[in-house]
Amino acid sequence: MKPVYINSVGSVSAQKTFENNEFLNEITDYNDTVIHVIDPNYKEYIPPAAARRMARGIKMSTVSSKNALTEAGIENVDAIIVGTGLGCIGDSERFVSDIIKNDEQFLTPTRFIQSSHNTVAGQIALGLGCKGHNFTFVHSAVSFESSLIDAKIMLENNEVNTVLVGGVDELVEHHVTTHRLIGHIKKKPIALKELLQSKTEGMVMGEGSHFFVLSTEKSPSTYSELVAVKTFNTLSKERVEGKIVAFLERQHLSINDIDLVILGNNGDVNYDGYYEQLSTTLFNDTPQAYYKHLSGEFDTATGFAFWLANKILKTQNIPDVVKLNAIEPSNLKTVLIYNQYRGENHSLTLIRKC
Amino acid sequence: MGKGVAITGMGAISAIGDNVQENYDALVSGKVGISRISKIDTVHKDDIMVGEIEMTNDQLKQKLGIPKEDAVSRTALLAMLAADEAISQAGVTDINDCETGLISGTTVGGMDQSEKYYFEYLESDEHWGHINGLHAGDSTQKLADHLGLTESFASTISTACSSAANAIMLGARMIQSGQLDRVIVGGTDSLCKFTINGFKTLMILSDTHNTPFDDERKGLNLGEAAAYLVLESDEIVKRDNKKVLGYVTGYGNANDAYHQTASSENGDGAVLAMEKAFKVAGLDPSDIDYVNAHGTATPNNDLSEGRALLRTFGGNVPEFSSTKAFTGHTLAVAGGIEAVYSVLALQNNIIYPNLNFTTPMKEFTLLPQTTVKQKELRHVLSNSFGFGGNCSTLIFSKEA
Repeated sequence: MKPVYINSVGSVSAQKTFENNEFLNEITDYNDTVIHVIDPNYKEYIPPAAARRMARGIKMSTVSSKNALTEAGIENVDAIIVGTGLGCIGDSERFVSDIIKNDEQFLTPTRFIQSSHNTVAGQIALGLGCKGHNFTFVHSAVSFESSLIDAKIMLENNEVNTVLVGGVDELVEHHVTTHRLIGHIKKKPIALKELLQSKTEGMVMGEGSHFFVLSTEKSPSTYSELVAVKTFNTLSKERVEGKIVAFLERQHLSINDIDLVILGNNGDVNYDGYYEQLSTTLFNDTPQAYYKHLSGEFDTATGFAFWLANKILKTQNIPDVVKLNAIEPSNLKTVLIYNQYRGENHSLTLIRKC
Repeated sequence: MGKGVAITGMGAISAIGDNVQENYDALVSGKVGISRISKIDTVHKDDIMVGEIEMTNDQLKQKLGIPKEDAVSRTALLAMLAADEAISQAGVTDINDCETGLISGTTVGGMDQSEKYYFEYLESDEHWGHINGLHAGDSTQKLADHLGLTESFASTISTACSSAANAIMLGARMIQSGQLDRVIVGGTDSLCKFTINGFKTLMILSDTHNTPFDDERKGLNLGEAAAYLVLESDEIVKRDNKKVLGYVTGYGNANDAYHQTASSENGDGAVLAMEKAFKVAGLDPSDIDYVNAHGTATPNNDLSEGRALLRTFGGNVPEFSSTKAFTGHTLAVAGGIEAVYSVLALQNNIIYPNLNFTTPMKEFTLLPQTTVKQKELRHVLSNSFGFGGNCSTLIFSKEA
């Protein structure tokens, strides 16, 4: 089996991450219950006429995918795989709302077309003229990991040499309103630097788009090697530790080999216990980081974590703002990402400096 | 590549039957499932015909033993019924007895409920249980819970009308690469105002019975369905002495990269998908005994697919037919229900009729098979194409 390398990154998030030569140089602090991306100058990437009707998820992804391709120094790829919890949900919502308000009349197709969950993957393919494998995964918090798994299998099996893999979700009003109703989003604004001390229910919802070029060939721009990815639809608190140990063992690794663990704490008092128990037991002596105070929580927030892990390995620097404990790694080689959302859809992603 | 992946169970529910046997009986007896819509109060009800499943949500819940008041979308209910049948045929008694996965395709997810309560959510908490159902993955998660699948790989693919085909493809890959021992693959979609109106704005809905590959075709009939296959590794087949129904031997996905909703004039993506599938299967076009076409009966699809078939098979296009005149276009499930039909075709050495065909298309001389035909079948090819230029081909075979 061929090794799989992460050769480039591209990010549009609630922090200024769209410049690949920077790494969280300036931090935007929020005090809110929802946070939007910092928009790059879309005009540099998209003709204004096209941009007007374009869903935000497509716009963000045009930038992050282009940045990933540019950094990898390639113009096309063999496959495009995208994870998205909700696709271009803004257009879906507008279409439903128009159906109801206009009693199913005077509708136009654009909203419906962009509602198709695979719009982003399709649009990127169209833009690149990429006729290869084109998949879209829509499974809540493991949408991005499902894409990584699909890409990894195809690369290892020699079916393709380069894959553009991404995760994208956009924040829209009705979705926020309804998810606030059911307590998934915090009721009151919170200063995000105090996210983990909130002791309240729900998360701060964010959005973002993250793309990466994965390849079987190492290049001068290579960030890391993708060692393993695994997801679990259910997992009880009592069983997480055992699953992590078994996951590492399969790679002939132990906890001591992990130089940094990136945890998905989102400040929800009902579910952060999954991470807290690991912080004080299994990972007690491991350097720990977190990120959802920077990115917000969304279905493909782990795209931000994957971006963060890769930037850390490349720069050999853990920004202070993401540190969850004071332990300094003696070596920065192997990074583990663990995530779950509301106790479901757990994922483990392991990357290694190469 | 090499060996195919064993199929050990199948389940299906569509407008022509609540289980696999009923679907097969309808296909060979010419019983169509296309009618006026009865369960959704849409202003378009007199302009469209659909492939609607007879059972109401309450009846589905009763059959599944789910309390009436539980917030479960029709999409998820249909999935449970079909997957239960597949699991039962595969003789799976403990779903967690090996590394089992679930990959489901859907386009609408819980939209059938979301569109009902969209504004009502803001007024009353009565239907808040459906809020999270808007996530397409929620239907898969509920299906996993229903099947008792725990600590496992469960995911959802949404690539429009090729979703279930792609779920089957990924499942086969994950078995071949040793990541899973068993995987339940397929898809589910229910009718809703969202898709009815969406396709209406695209002006590709027929006001009468759809007529695949006919020169006078007017568009598609939407349908609803769920269909799942159980794929198992050779080790599990051997361990449990399983009866194998057929094999997934070839698969290919390619992108047309031509237009967000329309297929290219010459079917570039379709040709590439079929070529990839042949390569994976180690087969030549001449090995294919029957093509279960996508054949939605839209002017664009049937022209593009027809040309792709001619380019791929040259002058020797095998018997082909679209079963959409029976079921309607079941969107995400098309590749799943037609996978079930393809395996049934292999098992029974039967080619299904392409109904409602009278006038050959003027662009070429392709003639679909219009009557039930007995023929020794070894390899069946099934196409599914979707928005976003998504083109998928699966090949099913009697032998690995």
